[in-house]
Amino acid sequence: MGDHHHGPATGIGRWLFTTNHKDIGTMYLWFSFAMFILGGTFAMIIRAELFQPGMQLVEPGFFNQMTTLHGLVMVFGAIMPSFVGLANWLIPMMIGAPDMALPRMNNWSFWILPPGFLMLASTLFMEGGAPAFGWTFYAPLSTTYAAPSVTFFIFAIHILGVSSIMGSINIIATVMNMRAPGMTYMKMPLFVWTWLITAFLLVAVMPVLAGAVTMMLMDIHFGTSFFSAAGGGDPVLFQHIFWFFGHPEVYIIILPAFGVVSQIIPAFSRKPLFGYASMVYATASIAFLSFIVWAHHMYTVGMPVAGELFFMYATMLIAVPTGVKVFNWITTMWRGALSFETPMLFCIGFLILFTIGGFTGLMLSIAPADFQYHDTYFVVAHFHYVMVAGAVFSMTAAVYYWLPKWSGRMYNETMGKVHFWISFVGFNITFFPQHFVGLAGMPRRIPDYALQFADFNMMSSIGAFIYGASQILFLYNVLATIIAGEKVTDEKVWDGAEGLEWTIPTPAPYHTFEVPPKLDAAHA
Amino acid sequence: MRLSANPTTDTVLKLATVSVAMFAFVFVVMVPLYNVLCDALGINGKTSAQAYTAVDAAVDTGRSITVQFIATNNDGMPWEFRPQVTAMAVHPGAANDTVFFAANPTTQDMVAQAIPSVSPSRAAEYFHKTECFCFNQQPLGGESNTLMPLQFIVDQDLPKDIKTITLSYTLFDVTARVSDQIAAR
Amino acid sequence: MVGGNVMRSALMALMALPAAAFGDNQVNMSPGVTTIGAEIYDLHMLIMIICVVIGIGVFGVMFYSIIYHRKSRGVVPSQFHESTKVEVAWTVVPFLILIGMAVPATSTLLEVYDNDDAELDILITGHQWKWKYEYLDESGENVSFFSNLATPQEAIYNTDQKGEHYLLEVDEPLVLPVDTKVRFLITANDVIHSWWVPEIAVKRDAIPGFINETWTKITEEGIYRGQCTELCGAYHGFMPVVVHAVSREEFNAWMGAKRADEAAQVAAAAMDLSLDELMSKGEAVYNAQCLACHGAQGEGGVGNAIAGSAIALGDIGTHLDVGIKGVAGTAMQAFGRQLNDVDMAAVITYQRNAFGNNTGDVIQPSDVASHKQG
Repeated sequence: MGDHHHGPATGIGRWLFTTNHKDIGTMYLWFSFAMFILGGTFAMIIRAELFQPGMQLVEPGFFNQMTTLHGLVMVFGAIMPSFVGLANWLIPMMIGAPDMALPRMNNWSFWILPPGFLMLASTLFMEGGAPAFGWTFYAPLSTTYAAPSVTFFIFAIHILGVSSIMGSINIIATVMNMRAPGMTYMKMPLFVWTWLITAFLLVAVMPVLAGAVTMMLMDIHFGTSFFSAAGGGDPVLFQHIFWFFGHPEVYIIILPAFGVVSQIIPAFSRKPLFGYASMVYATASIAFLSFIVWAHHMYTVGMPVAGELFFMYATMLIAVPTGVKVFNWITTMWRGALSFETPMLFCIGFLILFTIGGFTGLMLSIAPADFQYHDTYFVVAHFHYVMVAGAVFSMTAAVYYWLPKWSGRMYNETMGKVHFWISFVGFNITFFPQHFVGLAGMPRRIPDYALQFADFNMMSSIGAFIYGASQILFLYNVLATIIAGEKVTDEKVWDGAEGLEWTIPTPAPYHTFEVPPKLDAAHA
Repeated sequence: MRLSANPTTDTVLKLATVSVAMFAFVFVVMVPLYNVLCDALGINGKTSAQAYTAVDAAVDTGRSITVQFIATNNDGMPWEFRPQVTAMAVHPGAANDTVFFAANPTTQDMVAQAIPSVSPSRAAEYFHKTECFCFNQQPLGGESNTLMPLQFIVDQDLPKDIKTITLSYTLFDVTARVSDQIAAR
Repeated sequence: MVGGNVMRSALMALMALPAAAFGDNQVNMSPGVTTIGAEIYDLHMLIMIICVVIGIGVFGVMFYSIIYHRKSRGVVPSQFHESTKVEVAWTVVPFLILIGMAVPATSTLLEVYDNDDAELDILITGHQWKWKYEYLDESGENVSFFSNLATPQEAIYNTDQKGEHYLLEVDEPLVLPVDTKVRFLITANDVIHSWWVPEIAVKRDAIPGFINETWTKITEEGIYRGQCTELCGAYHGFMPVVVHAVSREEFNAWMGAKRADEAAQVAAAAMDLSLDELMSKGEAVYNAQCLACHGAQGEGGVGNAIAGSAIALGDIGTHLDVGIKGVAGTAMQAFGRQLNDVDMAAVITYQRNAFGNNTGDVIQPSDVASHKQG
């Protein structure tokens, strides 16, 4: 490496051509925040239309475009890249590596993302409108009956898939080959572990998604009939392939969040993580189980009863390792010395709300009961409890926790706490009533609803506006910190924080661990 | 096994292979496997697309099964399409004949494909068609009609609790698809 | 002002928050009117109660920690970080609880899948965006009809009052006898739909090309409302399901009347109607079938304008073709099979004489029939 001891380049070129894991991590984080705002804007349009019964703001077709793009942008644009950004920043610092194993590929995997999302967003302005078939894009609505923009959607998915696969290969190569001497697998911080497992899941299932959209492309343009009964295909096959990708995808989103929480709770409990080994095994078992439960998203398609039973039992089993994780986190707090800075607040919020989402998940796993829950707002409530309160809350916690290390400046604690409380209250006003309307019979993905659902929908919309607005506070707090926050210089920003990233200077220099660290007794 | 002396290159090559293999897996494993499982388990009530050759001629006259016929047109299919008889009582093991009526009221020549589906789906593997208009695409000239034959045998091993079998055909207009294929040749 | 209204509604909603939570809003699943529905409800409550109990325990421990183990109380953190006994316990105990849940779940599922010995078979076909019901009859005289949303566009677009059953009302409901095992054969005409009525606990996907089956046995007379639950395109939210469960006697009477009605339709198809008769019938058909896309005044929307359109003012044969066969590659469906000849004649006549299209053309059912023959 010839560029030792160089600082960052200047100007736009620094960002376009950088191979530095910290720069790339920063770009991922900002990009994902931009996507979070975009997807959030779509959500605000959805909630505004659903504020009252009747069609007020948008047409039903456009409403479907909003629900579709909201899902796609949030899953593929906001949550996944945000955790990749976090991995880029933290994994080399946590395992004592100077950079990612493949810095140039790292640059590519980020820079193909913006064009991919530009392509996806541009479908909004195409004839026939953007994709309007839901983020799960079930055939034949997404093939025979789709607007012409579906082709661009397919290419966009391919680009995001390639980016994710390159990102994960990079993470695996880094973790397997770049650990500092003495950093054995069972000494790695849990965040590294969860990301390693996530990366394997990504390498295994993103190509499956690519296969699914390729088949769609062939059905639409090349006369094949994978998903059309007319030519001997089957639309249900699409759902099997999609969910074979889709269920592991759910854990791809939540496992890094588990990793973050497992770093932060011990720090503010001033006590080591309880059951480190069982956490690793639980993560691995969740990843394994994620491959054999996909059809629980399809209980109503009319599977043979034996299939229905198999997927029900396998799905119920996931409750065991997930329970182990929750118990471990709570036992970590038990008899610790707790303090409640913003990252800890978001982690406790995560713990409560994710557990509620886990309970509704268990309810949904029961096939006969799912006949009543399936595709209702109960499901919408469930997955927002695990996706938003799970992934997004933990990501927010991560930003507050590591921002001082990254920037060398402390965020405004009061504003952080206010952000937490507004988020927590807004989130629950939004999504808790959705359990009720779902159980009462309101289907998801409808632009208008019967009058008996009106009160709770209005409540949901108000909550959504509150939650949405709280993100502006978050953005302000982060910007204010970076620009003018109070300087911090302690290596250990948080007194309870453990790990190699807290042994380097604050702010983290452009290059770290160019000489591998010696692991002291505490780490060795 | 090492694919490269450089451990990083080795990891990358292995993982790239895995991802390419997973992409191929969808096409060469998942699709055929799904079709095999559909045949074996009768998922979606699919029946074999091949003519059945009777192996056991014994007729179980002690049992009578009602077979219902349903005809549905898919979106945009203008043909008239219906079973000549809507239900018949059959004995397991016996060969049965029936016909479906189809008429093309348009002025164009058209090609149709009928897709069978059996309910209950667990009866699908016991429902054998020795001859069926669904095995082939059915061309029909404009303003003409036809009777399309179906011969079937209900297997003697049909589970005892099944007393009614419904055979549904959905008729798809494949005229454009067929002409595309001819044009592509 | 719109803004003012929104503000006022928002304020009212905020004040109504506690009231809403305890008001007459339904917050839980309905046990419904079938034995399966009641079993599913019991299962749902059982799992929910187990979850609540576990939740209280878990959160109780957590909040105890949060209150008593805070740094500000000057506690010294303990450093324990593993205990095989505890870890094995909280792996095994949840597993046993799960087995306890799986037993009743399995037995209910097996009942849902027991389709045998139905007394009545009904073919349900999902269309964009309506349901078609067909009562299968051994004699081959099937009775069938479409069930369309009956809520007027004015109510949806807020220019008129919304009725009690806003969006959950249809022009012709599915009529079912109570205490009778009814088998549903479910399929679709175009994309995947899903047929759901919460109170009879039936939800099954309608898949184009394939048949799904399920069943119900309703124990109480009444009107039960549901909706399509699989995203099926723009008007997915506007294809409700309404079931009228009636006594067997009423059902038989209804079926008799329905058959007589169909026979009358056949007779009517042979008769000529006056322009006025065609216009009033045509308006009803237009409002049910065409208005959503073509607008209340024929001004267009998703579909082309009808007022002043070249098709409605031009050749009658072309106009009939569009109505009967639809327009390939557009949202204009083929109505030839959904509308009988009388309704088709009426709606075409209406389109050619309403909205200022004063062509004076009168199309008779016999014209439609002969046009279909070519």
